Amino acid sequence: MAHSSRKDAPDLPDFSLLKRIARDQLIYLLEQLPGKKDLFIEADLMSPLDRIANVTTLKEHEVDKLYKVDHKPIYSTSDQLCFLIRPRIQTVKWIADIVNADKAAGKLRSYKIIFSPQKFYACEAVLEEQGIYGDVSTDEWAFHLLPLDDDIISLELPEFFRDNFLGGDQRWVTTAGSALHLLHSVYGPFSKAYGIGRCAKMVYESWREQGKEGEKKTPQSEIGTVFLVDRDVDFVTPLCSQVVYEGLVDDIFRIKCGSVEFTPDVTSSEKSVKVMLNSQDKVFGEIRNEHFSNVFGLLSQKARNLQTAYDRRRGMDIKQMKTFVSEELKGLKQEHHLLSLHIGASESMMKRKTKQDFQELLKTEHSLLEGFEIRECISYIEEHINRQVSMIESLRLLCLLSLTENGLLPKDYRSLKAQYLQSYGTEHLLTFANLRQLGLLVEQQAGETLTVMESKVGKLVNDKTVGKLTDAFSSLAKKSNFRALSKRLALVPKTMEEYDLRTPRDMAYIFSGAYIPLSCKLIEQVLEREGWTGLEEVTRLLNGNEFVGSAGGGSETGRTTDSQRIILVMFLGGCSYSEISALRFLGKEKGYKFIVVTTAIINAARLLEAMLDNYG
Amino acid sequence: MMRSKPDEDDYWNSSKFRAFTFDDDDDEFSTLKESKRAVNSIVVDDDDDDDEDDVEKVSWSGEPVGSISWSIKETASSVHVGGQDHGFPKIDSTPSLPRQGSGYSLSSLFKGRPKSGSIQAISESFPDVPSRSFAPELRKPKAEYKDYSDWSPEETVRRMQRGKAYSFETFRSLKDKMLLLDEAVHANDGNVITAVLIFLKKSLSKEILSRELTSREIALRHYIHYLKEMGEQKSLVELLKSLGRTEDMALLQYKEHLNIKDEVRKKEYLKACIGLPFSPEDASHVQDHYTLLERQIIIEANDKQAENKVEVFKKHPRKASILNMPIITTLYYSCFYHYGEPEGTFSSPANIRSTFKISEKQYFLTVLGARAKLKEWFDVDRLFTAKNWFGYTKKKSPIGFHRVVDILQKNNAPVQVLQEYVSLVEDTEQKISLAQKYKCHDIVIDTYKDLKDRQQLIIYQGKVERNSPEDRKIQDLLNNTQIRWKN
Repeated sequence: MAHSSRKDAPDLPDFSLLKRIARDQLIYLLEQLPGKKDLFIEADLMSPLDRIANVTTLKEHEVDKLYKVDHKPIYSTSDQLCFLIRPRIQTVKWIADIVNADKAAGKLRSYKIIFSPQKFYACEAVLEEQGIYGDVSTDEWAFHLLPLDDDIISLELPEFFRDNFLGGDQRWVTTAGSALHLLHSVYGPFSKAYGIGRCAKMVYESWREQGKEGEKKTPQSEIGTVFLVDRDVDFVTPLCSQVVYEGLVDDIFRIKCGSVEFTPDVTSSEKSVKVMLNSQDKVFGEIRNEHFSNVFGLLSQKARNLQTAYDRRRGMDIKQMKTFVSEELKGLKQEHHLLSLHIGASESMMKRKTKQDFQELLKTEHSLLEGFEIRECISYIEEHINRQVSMIESLRLLCLLSLTENGLLPKDYRSLKAQYLQSYGTEHLLTFANLRQLGLLVEQQAGETLTVMESKVGKLVNDKTVGKLTDAFSSLAKKSNFRALSKRLALVPKTMEEYDLRTPRDMAYIFSGAYIPLSCKLIEQVLEREGWTGLEEVTRLLNGNEFVGSAGGGSETGRTTDSQRIILVMFLGGCSYSEISALRFLGKEKGYKFIVVTTAIINAARLLEAMLDNYG
Repeated sequence: MMRSKPDEDDYWNSSKFRAFTFDDDDDEFSTLKESKRAVNSIVVDDDDDDDEDDVEKVSWSGEPVGSISWSIKETASSVHVGGQDHGFPKIDSTPSLPRQGSGYSLSSLFKGRPKSGSIQAISESFPDVPSRSFAPELRKPKAEYKDYSDWSPEETVRRMQRGKAYSFETFRSLKDKMLLLDEAVHANDGNVITAVLIFLKKSLSKEILSRELTSREIALRHYIHYLKEMGEQKSLVELLKSLGRTEDMALLQYKEHLNIKDEVRKKEYLKACIGLPFSPEDASHVQDHYTLLERQIIIEANDKQAENKVEVFKKHPRKASILNMPIITTLYYSCFYHYGEPEGTFSSPANIRSTFKISEKQYFLTVLGARAKLKEWFDVDRLFTAKNWFGYTKKKSPIGFHRVVDILQKNNAPVQVLQEYVSLVEDTEQKISLAQKYKCHDIVIDTYKDLKDRQQLIIYQGKVERNSPEDRKIQDLLNNTQIRWKN
């Protein structure tokens, strides 16, 4: 069934509309402060803003000078200041200091804060506390969704992950709900909703709640199904080394807001080059989802084709040459340029990976996933730490070990932690505390310990609280159950089987055939079964919180329409490029088209850096 | 046959792992290199327009000209230069991003009917959606401020979620306050939960609030997060203490040291941290942290003096101070600058090793790295030399010799030194592959000889230079009729 529908995969909706909505709204907001003004922009809003507007746009709306929010005193001489910021207390305090300094100096200006994507009561409370509520006007720029590519939309909220999963702060739940609501309004109605995870459930409810206010009929639905998934359902996948081209580029060069800066060793010139990586780049489009070992061959092939195309000039007469130059040359030159960039990038990545003994690293990762030769893995990690190889890499391996083994033996935990602190600094005590809280790096505990503690505490407090405490404890003791899940969902193919990476047979190809990403496997299973039926054991191992909802608005009869095969997957807490590649593969296999909506694009480094505490 | 493959390719091919290797036959990496050469050598002779016209115009900082990030950097530099009004940076070239037409009236989008077809599509998609999602909130009409004295917790929370006017005025009794909090938690809206908590913080005593939060985990986590973001360290410590979360409290207080810049004050602060209720394990780490900084301050003061006097400092000037570096970095530093000092001095490797209970393996790795960096091969040799009780010397290592080789090689050890350690690698296969990788010809040849592997020897002969000593050595062996080859 799946294979017959492969070829007629439906077209994706046009998401450039989202950019226009955001831009128009920003312009509207700027017009609310007529006259010349200086604009202060939060550092992490700059790149997203760059994707939807440019200096000219801002200038046309009387923005005079642009500054980055840097929490230092300002030099502006303008009598109107506009601040475009994330709703963060520290930034609002900085603005309050500016306003109060102006007041003390008798300087009269007007101020406007535009919070994006929304304002928080806590920020307004700061304005009130600092005595400037009313002196400063506030607005919201509901810039929820930034399309990074035809099939990737980002909320550009990396802090979602730490705030929600580590801090337990649900401030972004409504934001994510609003984002979904916007998509539903423009491209919906969705007819089916599936999800798993505590946050996913809340976001779903928030979206349904917001939908109640303005339920309406749209002529035609462009997206049929939506799947919401919490990042903490699957931590293993984003912590694995990426070996698919796009993911590898992200791991090594860090793709920021869909753009990457290739260093001089890639460009073979003096300067770095910033390149947009998306489907507009035809060369990239062909290699982005490929396993790295395939990329060389593809690039060589393209180079040969290019040479042939250039060679056709020989023997052309003037007229033919004229046509060639006017019609083909520009395209060829563009391709030429892109090709040399990607070849340069591949070469540079190859060099870097060889230097760090990537092969051995991958071997260790694969052993961990398989649960094979764990002692060897531990001594590999130990040596990694002893030699002070990258602090984040060591942490990543420790977390993978803990996740796949359901925690470390107390003896190992203590020894590895002590060595880690010796190698990278004692202040990582804080990092370990965070990782433990999140369940990323834990000590194995005997089964009884928890129950004993629970009943002890239970005696101290009344009945009503016992339940809540139990919840709290069970979240603390959350187990990854990776081994059991892997077995049940057949995530790790049997060893000794040959895996042809050129013609992948399943999503495991994104990890060299060693592991099918849990997150994507869940999506596959639920779509296939049209629900969670038959997956009871799996959801139990994942701590439950799975749900199915008819998403309202859409009719159930439309099973045959194209939109039913367009599936929006929302990752709460971020997803990696490898996961996107896996979903693209799944889509091709089953005749679906996936649209990935994520709070941010993450990889192992970004995920773990969010756990570090050595700032602020 | 001469093979001119780069080393790394050899290495990748040599790996045993099945999935991520490159085809032996295809040799794609060199194909790629060829492609690169080919692509780079394609000359387009019949054009003189700039090759860059397909590429974004990029300024010196790498930002596309005309982009917002670029422009901000320009403003920043102009401020520092003169502080006078430069206005907008002059941009001669057209902006890199195409100007998407924003000529139509924006107000029409939000207020009235659209004019052009393309706009129609947008506005028709969401005619009834509440204004909040698409149009920014304008001043609330006065009419909204009607009597709210009878608003229930549900109604209040609902209004807050929608950004409408609300009041906490009626929530005076503890019961009402908690109903309001529970309702906010029930609505899953973190923004509202925090707003209610701010209200409770102002209208309840700390003791009562903390008592009420004990049984409300979700609200509690929001409150802790809020206090953290506000930087209200003292309130947070008190709260955690009253909740009996002493370990969290200790960590939180320990974290403060990161904000102290002055090292003496930081040291004193860490000293005060030692008594905090950490887990026993963490307590000893914090103790170590204090001891370390104390030692580093002493070492730093001494070495600053030594910088212009002592040979090793002159030859290898320090790049940074040792303050606040991890224990292992400190050990490395001491192996680098203070090797051979008696254990009695704080800066000696031996002292650091025993003070911080550094494992033998770790100690070896660090000494090895530091002495190899200095190319002190004699020290390296001594490190591995152990006398057994017969008085014979023997090379011993707590880490595999293949690792030793790797570290030495990364420090550019000469072949003679590498050779000695390659020969100590136990696993024959690994020994040969390392010897081949680092061109330790004698080891390769001798090992094949010991294995009586004539075929491999012939293959290896093809890889060494003609008429080189290695080549001759192989030839002599192959001509030697005494050897009983296995093939």
